[in-house]
Amino acid sequence: MAEPAKPADTNRPALALHVPEPTYRPGDPVDFAHIEVPAAGLQPRPDESALPADMKDLAYTLVRVLGDDNQAHGPWNPRLSPDTLRTMLGHMAMVRAFDERMFRGQRQGKTSFYMKCTGEEATSVASSMALASDDMVFPSYRQQGILIARGYPLLEMINQIYSNRADKLKGRQLPIMYSSREHSFFSISGNLATQCPQAVGWAMASAIKGDSRIAATWVGEGSTAEGDFHAACTFAAVYNAPVILNVVNNQWAISSFSGFAGGERTTFAARGLGYGIAALRVDGNDALACYAAAEWAANRARGNHGPTLIEYFTYRAEGHSTSDDPSGYRSAQEREEWPLGDPVMRLKNHLIAIGEWDEDRQTAMDVECAELVKATTKEAEKNGILGHGLHHPFHTMFEDVYEELPWHLEEQAEQAIRERITKFGSERPFG
Amino acid sequence: MSEDTATVGDAVTADAPERRINMIEAINEALDIMLTRDPDVIIMGEDVGYFGGVFRATAGLQAKHGKNRVFDTPISECGIIGAAVGMGAYGLRPVPEIQFADYIYPGLDQLISEAARLRYRSAGDYIAPMTVRSPFGGGIFGGQTHSQSPEALFTHVAGLKTVIPATPYDAKGLLIAAIEDNDPVIFFEPKRIYNGPFTGFYDKPVEPWKKHPDSVVPEGYYRIPLGKARHVREGEALTVLAYGTMVHVAQAVCEAKGVDADILDLRTLVPLDIKAIEASVEKTGRVLIVHEATRTSGFGAELSALVTERCFYHLEAPVERVTGFDTPYPHSLEWAYFPGPVRIGEAIDKLLSE
Repeated sequence: MAEPAKPADTNRPALALHVPEPTYRPGDPVDFAHIEVPAAGLQPRPDESALPADMKDLAYTLVRVLGDDNQAHGPWNPRLSPDTLRTMLGHMAMVRAFDERMFRGQRQGKTSFYMKCTGEEATSVASSMALASDDMVFPSYRQQGILIARGYPLLEMINQIYSNRADKLKGRQLPIMYSSREHSFFSISGNLATQCPQAVGWAMASAIKGDSRIAATWVGEGSTAEGDFHAACTFAAVYNAPVILNVVNNQWAISSFSGFAGGERTTFAARGLGYGIAALRVDGNDALACYAAAEWAANRARGNHGPTLIEYFTYRAEGHSTSDDPSGYRSAQEREEWPLGDPVMRLKNHLIAIGEWDEDRQTAMDVECAELVKATTKEAEKNGILGHGLHHPFHTMFEDVYEELPWHLEEQAEQAIRERITKFGSERPFG
Repeated sequence: MSEDTATVGDAVTADAPERRINMIEAINEALDIMLTRDPDVIIMGEDVGYFGGVFRATAGLQAKHGKNRVFDTPISECGIIGAAVGMGAYGLRPVPEIQFADYIYPGLDQLISEAARLRYRSAGDYIAPMTVRSPFGGGIFGGQTHSQSPEALFTHVAGLKTVIPATPYDAKGLLIAAIEDNDPVIFFEPKRIYNGPFTGFYDKPVEPWKKHPDSVVPEGYYRIPLGKARHVREGEALTVLAYGTMVHVAQAVCEAKGVDADILDLRTLVPLDIKAIEASVEKTGRVLIVHEATRTSGFGAELSALVTERCFYHLEAPVERVTGFDTPYPHSLEWAYFPGPVRIGEAIDKLLSE
């Protein structure tokens, strides 16, 4: 296009476009001094029926429980029993061990894709532990911690990741896009933020029916830019829906930093305030703070006091998925400099500090987790790995598109099987 | 009521006095019946509650069934469809209204990527048993944002069903079947014929529904199975494949020209009644496809391809498509755009001269 003509008779300045740029790129030394980290225990804990406008400050600070002294502080301390804390630590350790093994499995060619949640374990494990087991969750793709906390069998997770013949989703979904109605865990989409209005709709339905179950959804900070997130906030506020909107701010959306979702201007928790939704901004690497915030929001929802938006401020310690290399877009130093530490280590150190845990037991637990995952992986491999023939029968490709197979899908199923027989002589090339 | 209308239900028509209603009343009645029969049915949409909808389709339903069952929504089609997906996962059977089909696009991701694929991607763990009602089509001077016919966008999506009634009797029976269906259904209501079977002769007054045989609608519950076409008229000269408003326009043109047409009202585009189409084409050998939507990649292209693939050796002439033009729906030139009697008549002449 032609350059715009300079107006002759005005002195209006030329406009400038701001394109956000992260502070650190590969090779840059990292200093996170600009991130304000308030001391643990300082933040007030309002009543669960508080008006959103009366607790605005909690959208701009960080609710923290675990201090540098590894002790739990302040009114947000959920006062969990040592047994519960050990269970929480165990789930988080299991998530980490599982991620390690599955990531390696993808590199070994056993599946097409994997996504770790390293550094973010508390945002799913601890927060889902604060819910009832029949509260409905609408996760995004990095909440494997919920399934593990809810006791979903590892074997089923791996079968799904391998898309093998035992995969309950019949090999139809990308790895990690789990679904389990039995565990009140909604089918993961892969399209971003679509789960947000769905969770609100589920919560509305629960309220319509006078049920007592609530809904919770998780979305990345990057995906809060989607219209679906804003529709969800509007609906949640309009109908005072019993729902928890969790925003996991892990700073990065593949290679785009949180600035591309507006993070340079305000906090993600503050998004809630504009809608009249109670908002909490939480140290996402502090498992006790994550639990406490989710418990507060669950109580609020269950008491008909309405929705809560929780921002979990955390850090994605690894790449987005097996398909990207973070060293190509961000400084490797970020992970080590992250001012909120590692969620597993912090919870472990807390348990040790209160005399309920020790390094030997931690080592033994880590070994146990790794061994269990390894053994389960071997078990799953008996059902096949991706691309090695042990898949569901061809006809299943055409099932569940509709409740009943229409004529055009019947015809296409016949064609698919005919092609297979032409190529291999039978529907199953490996017997 | 037309022949070949397979119905299932407890409605008695033989001895009941004739009761004639228009299409809006038929839709309202279907919704009322389903709200009464099934406590899991809910209705939501912009202006559908207290006010009863901009076309009055939900009039009186909130007062009768309560605000928990029939309620207004924010102006957010994404939120409406998204919430309906979640409600379906809970176990409800939502019937969202999108005020105009032209407004449905912000909800497309929730329809295409979510509702349509939920059963498949979760291997039956979750379903989306929603019926999305929406008025569509032009001829009401609605301009480019209140006139569109976007049905082909939905027929292209695996997992969605697309239903379009052409009479009050069908509107009620098909809507009940759609609500009871466990798959997501797009239910497009041809708003030009809400109040009468418009024939395309826009310079003449439209007859009210009460003069049309298919305005006789039983009071109770009945359903018309999805996937079954309606034989509007038996004939030998050519086959007409149409749906919605264009059924009446095509029928009027055939009558005006004295053409012995075999007219099929498709009623459901997906799943399509291919057997009825094949039987008709094998009989007549000439096919006229009529829809109001834009031409390129319209549903007529699919129909034409199916007829050519499956009935080629029965064809006596190339398949003719009469459609809207590939432009946005204009305001002042609405009737120049609309595939009316002249365009249809020309196509019939061409088909019969081959």
